[in-house]
Parts: sequence; structure tokens; C-alpha cells
Amino acid sequence: MPETQVTTALVNDVPVEVGPKENVIQVARRAGVEVPHYCWHEDLSVVASCRMCLVEVGETKPDGSVVMGPKLVPGCQTPVKPGMVIKTDSQKVKTSQAMTLELLLLNHPLDCSICDQAGECYLQDYTFKYGKAQSRLDEPKVQREDKYHIGDQIALFTDRCVMCTRCVRFTREISGTAELQVVARGSVEEIDVFPDEPCNNKLAGNVVDLCPVGALCSKDFLYKKRVWWLKSQKSVCPGCSTGCSIEVDQNENQVYRLRPRSNPLAQGNFMCDDGRFGFKYVVDERRLKTPTLKNSVAANGAASRNGNGHANKDLADLVVADPWPEVMKQTRERIKAAVKANGSDFAAVLSPMMSVEEAYLLASFLKGLDSRVRLLLGPVPVAGANDCYPKGPKGEAPATDKTKFTIRNEKCPNRVGVEMVLKHFQGAVVPLEKAIEGSSTINAWYFVGGYPQGWVTEAIDRAVGTPNLLIVQDIFPSPLSMRADIVLASAAFTEREGSFVNHAGLAQSFKAATRPIGEARSDGRLLSELLERKGLYNAMVIRKEIGEEISAFKKFGGGDLGEYGISLMNRQEVGV
Amino acid sequence: MTSLNGDNFKPVLLRRLGLPNSQTLNSYRADGGYTALTKALTMQPNELIDLVKASGLRGRGGAGFPTGMKWSFLPQNVNGPIYMCINGDESEPGTFNNRIIIEEDPHQILEGIVIGCYATKATTAYFYLRYEYGRCYRTLQKAVDEMYAANLLGKNILGSGYSLDIYLHRGACAYICGEETGLIESLEGKRAWPRIKPPFPAIEGAFRRPTVVNNVETMACVPHIVNNGAEWFQSMGVPKDPNNARDAGSYGPKLYCISGHVNKPGLVELPLGVTARELIDKHAGGVWKGRKAKAVVPGGISMGFLSADELDTPLDFNGPGKAGCLGLGTAAVVVIDDHTSMMDVLYNCCRFFAHESCGQCTPCREGTAWSTKILERIRAGHGKLADLDILEEISASIGTIPGTTICGLADGAAWPIKNALKKFRPELEEYIKSGRKSESPQLVGAH
Repeated sequence: MPETQVTTALVNDVPVEVGPKENVIQVARRAGVEVPHYCWHEDLSVVASCRMCLVEVGETKPDGSVVMGPKLVPGCQTPVKPGMVIKTDSQKVKTSQAMTLELLLLNHPLDCSICDQAGECYLQDYTFKYGKAQSRLDEPKVQREDKYHIGDQIALFTDRCVMCTRCVRFTREISGTAELQVVARGSVEEIDVFPDEPCNNKLAGNVVDLCPVGALCSKDFLYKKRVWWLKSQKSVCPGCSTGCSIEVDQNENQVYRLRPRSNPLAQGNFMCDDGRFGFKYVVDERRLKTPTLKNSVAANGAASRNGNGHANKDLADLVVADPWPEVMKQTRERIKAAVKANGSDFAAVLSPMMSVEEAYLLASFLKGLDSRVRLLLGPVPVAGANDCYPKGPKGEAPATDKTKFTIRNEKCPNRVGVEMVLKHFQGAVVPLEKAIEGSSTINAWYFVGGYPQGWVTEAIDRAVGTPNLLIVQDIFPSPLSMRADIVLASAAFTEREGSFVNHAGLAQSFKAATRPIGEARSDGRLLSELLERKGLYNAMVIRKEIGEEISAFKKFGGGDLGEYGISLMNRQEVGV
Repeated sequence: MTSLNGDNFKPVLLRRLGLPNSQTLNSYRADGGYTALTKALTMQPNELIDLVKASGLRGRGGAGFPTGMKWSFLPQNVNGPIYMCINGDESEPGTFNNRIIIEEDPHQILEGIVIGCYATKATTAYFYLRYEYGRCYRTLQKAVDEMYAANLLGKNILGSGYSLDIYLHRGACAYICGEETGLIESLEGKRAWPRIKPPFPAIEGAFRRPTVVNNVETMACVPHIVNNGAEWFQSMGVPKDPNNARDAGSYGPKLYCISGHVNKPGLVELPLGVTARELIDKHAGGVWKGRKAKAVVPGGISMGFLSADELDTPLDFNGPGKAGCLGLGTAAVVVIDDHTSMMDVLYNCCRFFAHESCGQCTPCREGTAWSTKILERIRAGHGKLADLDILEEISASIGTIPGTTICGLADGAAWPIKNALKKFRPELEEYIKSGRKSESPQLVGAH
């Protein structure tokens, strides 16, 4: 044996580097070996109760011989030391895995055909890989009543539960609200809540993700779609400035659910229910679905079609005309005319819902026309104070260093990113509210909205009045869009691609999961056309350009922000 | 060293049993009570630990861990309190030794507790008492009150500068509360789910402080060791096996609870190492109704069964293990006569464990319930021979040492099945083949 310091452990005879404070599951995972487990989760305390992760461990003696321990040990509870020998595929381990699975499935109803979890269920997966095909139970199964009342957003299918207690530990350790608990004992025990105290905390939806089986289900998603039809797209939640990494699960252009995507740089493994269930506005009936032109000869469809040069009158009624080329042409021309009249009287309001790329395109377009064009930061929605978890026994917020999850009061994803763009183009960030204080000479406005709820306050409405030119790029109708000269129907976050910079300066990219509703267009595409850029809108290309042009964004580099995103600055610098 | 084994053995722990007012402080003092405490308080704590170590006293709660060694596991120079928990959650079926000595001679135990706490530098002792033991609770509370009044508890005990408080805590009516860490969880007001180890209680126990957990009978031995010395204690019992380096010997007196099909069930105190046969024939008046013993539980049903051929097994810490049982356990000897069906006995055991499984670990939670269901079906006349193989597999997966679960109670649940199948398989097979039904669907005293 070499005398050098051993730094590796052997997982099924493959040497793997051992990190500090790693357990068998984590080390094996890095070796590409799956140690099946139910109760262990990296963010929760170790209980080692499911006994699914039992493995054989041994150690290498100084003389090079390997001595295996007599007992199977739980992988989740066993820290790995260099020199340790781990066997996850010995007959002893396999027998134990098969028996544990048979026991877990003993009282399981096997109702996969009507279970929401089917397809992403660890009972299914592990039984397929490690279990037996048939149960030897001859007796009736323990049947327990389902509990729809367990939470406003979650339902408990009691008899599918494997008692891993992940959900119980989540409400105790992460949300701190401790609604869920184990009642009764032995094989008839079950998860429950106190009467009339359902699990309704703002992180409750996470227990559905944590549940390795189909016991806890999201009522919102329940029976809506088989998971194997869903396609996932990596995205970022726009609900607040935490910027949780998420997966958008869609099928046939319809978003069915959002799930947190693990990101140690952003939020960890969880997301809040506001974000999780707050995507419904994306498919709201009231959304702006087509662009409109007003006060223009080309305002109606027929004129637009003629303008598009659809000469064949016979076909004109049959062909659904695309209004966009005419709208974009008019928009471009009227902006240019207004800026030419007096650049300093033209104001563009960039909303903190915009991506960095969109803000950059609009700002560079307008500043390219006339550097006196005023760029303003749109309203930043703020609701109360930051909501920090885990809550104390009386619902009090935790100490800063004990905080495990924060729902931020800034209800927009990209104030930091937009401000960085604004700073680059005009040195200072001027909020809209400030610009409309007192009298202003602005008589041409370009508004970008994109907020999930109304954002045009009475003050904004009054200050804007009836200007010479009013362009609104938004997803919902507003008092401004009602009287706008041009309304550009734009897209919600699942329909766009780009990047957001969160509260801590972490830039994360997101991709479009669905096509925009109706004839609305993604903001990026729309702005690309405004700039008459060649080719399809590609956020990565624009990020590369931004990286080259704006020093604050130089870390954008080649435009690829990776899975977790790139931190643009350290925490102290996030004073923007 | 004169042997006190055998006929000239005088009861130690039970010596005051049946005396008038044996529960009172005056009566205890009149018999020389609290001299051990006075003596102990003049000694250094480390000396006391060494004395207990030298005596070879092993825990009477079931696992037989050397008490002195357990005490010495506490970290040195602890900043903050150390706790002692007294495990009075006597819930192993067939066991009633703690109850008798608490009810009859509480001061003996309490004196041991004060000495033990002094030796371990514990400042608070929690006496975790089985909830069902109401009389014990009242007796103990009275005794504790007497001690406070006599400065045997509280601040500055007997002017020694050492202070100690004892709190009685009534348990939560569950078998699992008798498991060391389950007890601690229950004491803290939580669900009695045993903790994963490490950390062991000596490092992080009750309220996350270093904690020693000792059995009632263990503590009752301590004053006698202080009074009479380690050598006296070692004069009783079975010495170390010189061929087995890991054997710590089985020294001292032991309370044997004899119940089941005997003429004279009861509690007897004998030096460790008495054989099952001697216990039954000499101390319990033999098997009742002139019958023969078919099986004997050596120490609570979690230890498994001795067959009729194994009755000469000495009931010390090693004997039952050599006969294929789990161990001595609580030394609760339950005698089963030859008119009793082992299927019924096994069912009764399994039903108990299914009822008492805490539900934390999958093998124990599901396995105990499954084995009970299988036995229910067999006893209803619908058994198959293959059921015995399943039972064997279940018992192996629940954990016949080496265990597969967090606590040792799962091993205890597996052992009766394993033993019954090994030692009584022909009878069980015959039962299934005959297709007969058991007459009593519900057995008495299952929990």
C-alpha cells in the first residue's frame, strides 16, 4: 500500500474523493451510485428511519486488508471517512432493500393509476430497481382515510404515506410553523394536523415536492396532468427579488405547475406558495392578446392588411393577417418623430419586471436616437416587510443567521438588473414617481409594464394625461393602455427568455416554456424588431453583447450563465 | 472470599421487604439507611465511579452495560448541568421487580440515586416512572418529600456542599419510553421516538445536556456497594469468563420475576447465575398442575424462549445468549407449560410488539404488524407452511442482531419469532397442517 495520505473512499470498488461532512449517500452520488433513500433530505435533520439506505461499510486496515462491519448501516447517518469501503450492491444490501420495499408497500394501496405522483414516484422507481414484483401479504391492508383538509393547497392521501416524516420535519425546521405531525403509533400511525389548524403556511407547497411518494399532493395540480406528459423548462420565479430557480412544467403550451429547482446560490431547494401558485395570471383571459394602433390611418385590420401588401383581395378575408409588422413600423416611426421633436421630452419607463436584455435593448435604442431621452424606473412593487423563515413559536421572524428562507417584500424579479442598465446609460436611476412630481414637460411616453397586477396608480395616470405619444408595452390592460396610441401586447415570464438579477446580484437566465398568449409577442422579440436587428431574438447573444459593452455586466462573458447563475457583485456592492 | 451463592444467600435488595412502614425514612434509617450516602459524600466522585467499576455492576434494565463505565463516559469539566434519568418505565411483559422495590423500599433506590448523581456530578435527576404505576408514584413522592425535609435532597445535602433535585416524571404509557433515548425524548415532552446515535446520551442527552440513564434496580445496588465494597459485590454471581475478553462477568444479586404457569409466581432475589430450572422448581413451587414446562422466557418476551431442554441455562448476562436467546433482559422469567400452544404464545408476543412499535423505522413498524396479521390468520385456521418462512424473513429484517433499526427494541420484537421458529418449528408446522383454530382469539394480558 502506498504511504501517501488516503483521501478517497471506495464506493463499490470505485475510489471517490471525500469531502468534509459528507454522508454515504452524498459520496456515492458523486461516484454515480444511487443509494435509495426516503427520509433523508439535505436540508432537513437526519432521522435515519426509513432504513432504505442501509449499506455495508468497512475500513481499510493499515496492512491493506478490508474489514467490513457486521451491521448494515444507514447511509444517511454515516459520515464517510477517507479509507472507508462502501458496498451498495452486495447481496446483504440487496436483500435488505428488497425487504424494506416490500414492507413499505405492505399497506400501500398501489393505486398508481389514479395517483398524481405516478411517473415521479420513488416507490415506483425503487421498487422497479431494488424491489420485488409481488407482495406476499395475504391479509387485508390497513386503510386510512384521505385528508383533503390538511391544507388549502395540499391534500394527504394517507394510505400512500411511507412515514418518512420529511413533511413534518419541513414544517418544524424550515417553515417553523410545525403544523404537521405524526399521530398514533406503529403501523397505523399517520400524518395529521391539529383540528382546524391546517397546514397553510406560505411554504406549505414544498411538502408536496418533499414527499417522495404520492401521499401529499398539490390540490392545484391534482388530476390535471400525468407527469410524463409534462416538459420542464429551467426558469426563474418573478414573484419577488429572491429569484427562486424553478422548473416550469408545461404541456401543449399550458403551464401546469412550477417546482423549485435546487440552487445553492439563489434560494436553496424550496420556493414559496406565492410563487408556486402565482403563475395563473399567465393564462388570464384579460391579458392583452393583440397589438393595437389608435389615432392612425392604419388602425383597423383592413388597412393593416393592405399595408402589409396582401394584394389578393379574394384571399384577404381568409388569411389571418399579422398586425405586427405594421404596428412595429408605426411604433418605430412615431418614436423617432417624437424624439426628433425634442429628445428631452421623451420618457421611457422601464419596469423592474423586464429582463436585463429587454432593458438593454430598449435603453440602447432610445439613447441611440438621442442621449437626452429620459429613462425612468417603473414602480417597484413592495409589500410589507421581508417574510423570513423558520418562524419562531409565536410566529416571530428568525435571527438573520438562522434564516433559511426569505420571501422578499420587493415583488419584482429584476429591479437590480434594470437599475444597472439605467446606470450605464444615464448615470443615475430616476424612478417614475420622482419624475412626475410637480410639472413635467414630458409629452411622449413609452411605458413597459409586465406586472401581474395593476400598476398604474392615480398619480401616474394623472401625470401622464394625454400626451402627444403614448406607447404601452404590457400584458394587462390598464388606464394607460386604454388611451394609448400604440399598445404592444407582450409576454409573461414563462413566455420569455432572458435573465434577472436578484436582490443579491445573482444573474440567472431563464428560457421560454410556452409561446405567448394569442398574438402577443415576447418583449425581447418585439424590442429586437424595434431595433431592426437581424435574425431571431436570442437572449444569449444579447447577453454577450451586454457583457462587452457594460462593465457591470462583464461577467456575462459568453452569455451562458450556467445552471445556477453568476453572481455579478458581492453583497456590499448591491447598494443599487 | 466466601461465596454467598446458593443457600446461604441473604436478600440484599429485598431485605426490608414486608417490614412495617418499610417505605418511611425512619424505618429505612433504623436499618442503617443513608449511611452509604454519608460515606459516599466524603469520597471523591471519581473514587465512587472507580468503586462501581470495580464492583462489576452491570445495568439491570436489560442490556447489561457496565454501570461504572457508563458513568465514566460523561465528558470531563462540563460547563453546565449534567442530568441523570432513572428509568422506571418498567414495561417489558413479565417484569415487576422495579415496582416491588419502589413500593416497598423507595429510600434504598433514592439513596442510590443521590450517590450516583454525586458520582456523576449530576445536579438534577429525573425519575421517569411508568404512568400505570400510580402507587409507586405516590410512594416515591412521599419519600422524596421526606428526603427534602431531612436535607437528603435539595441544597447542600448533609452539609457536603453538594446539591441535587429529583423530579418524578410520570411516563406516557408506552413500551418505547423505556428505551434510553425514547425516554429522554418523552421526558422532553416529545413523541418517544428513539434518537439516532451518536451522539450518545452521555454527550448529548436530556435537553441536549450530558445525561446518564440508569435502571431503578441498578441504582438500588449502589448503596450496598458503597457500604460493603466491590469485593463483597463480586462474591455473588458468575465471574468473568477468562476465555472471553469481552465478558464483564455477572456479579451481584438480581431480582428474578417469575410468572406464568408456576405454582408460586413472584419476585425472588438470588445471585446472578441461577438456572431456570432451579428458579422454577425451588423458588416458584414448580410448574402448575403437575405439568411440565414447554418453554421459558428468560428475561421478558423480547429475549426469546428457552426450550425444555435448555432449562439448566444459568440466568446470568451470558447464559441465555449461549442458548440462542437475545440475553438476560430484565430477568423476568415466564414459564409456559406443555398444554399451551406455542402459536398462541408467539401470537401474543407479536401482538404486543405490533402494538408497541413506535413506528419510526420501517422494518419494525411494518414487520411487527405483518407478523401479527400472519399469526392471526394462522390461528384462524388459514395458515400455510410458507407463512413460517415469511415470519422468519420478517424477523431477520426487523433485526436479529446485528440490528437494522434505530433502537434495540426491534431486535427484541424479532427474537421471539426467531426462537420459536428455531426451537418449536415442528409444533408450529403441526398446528398449521392440522388446520385447527385457537380458541381464544384475544389473549389476556397482551399489553
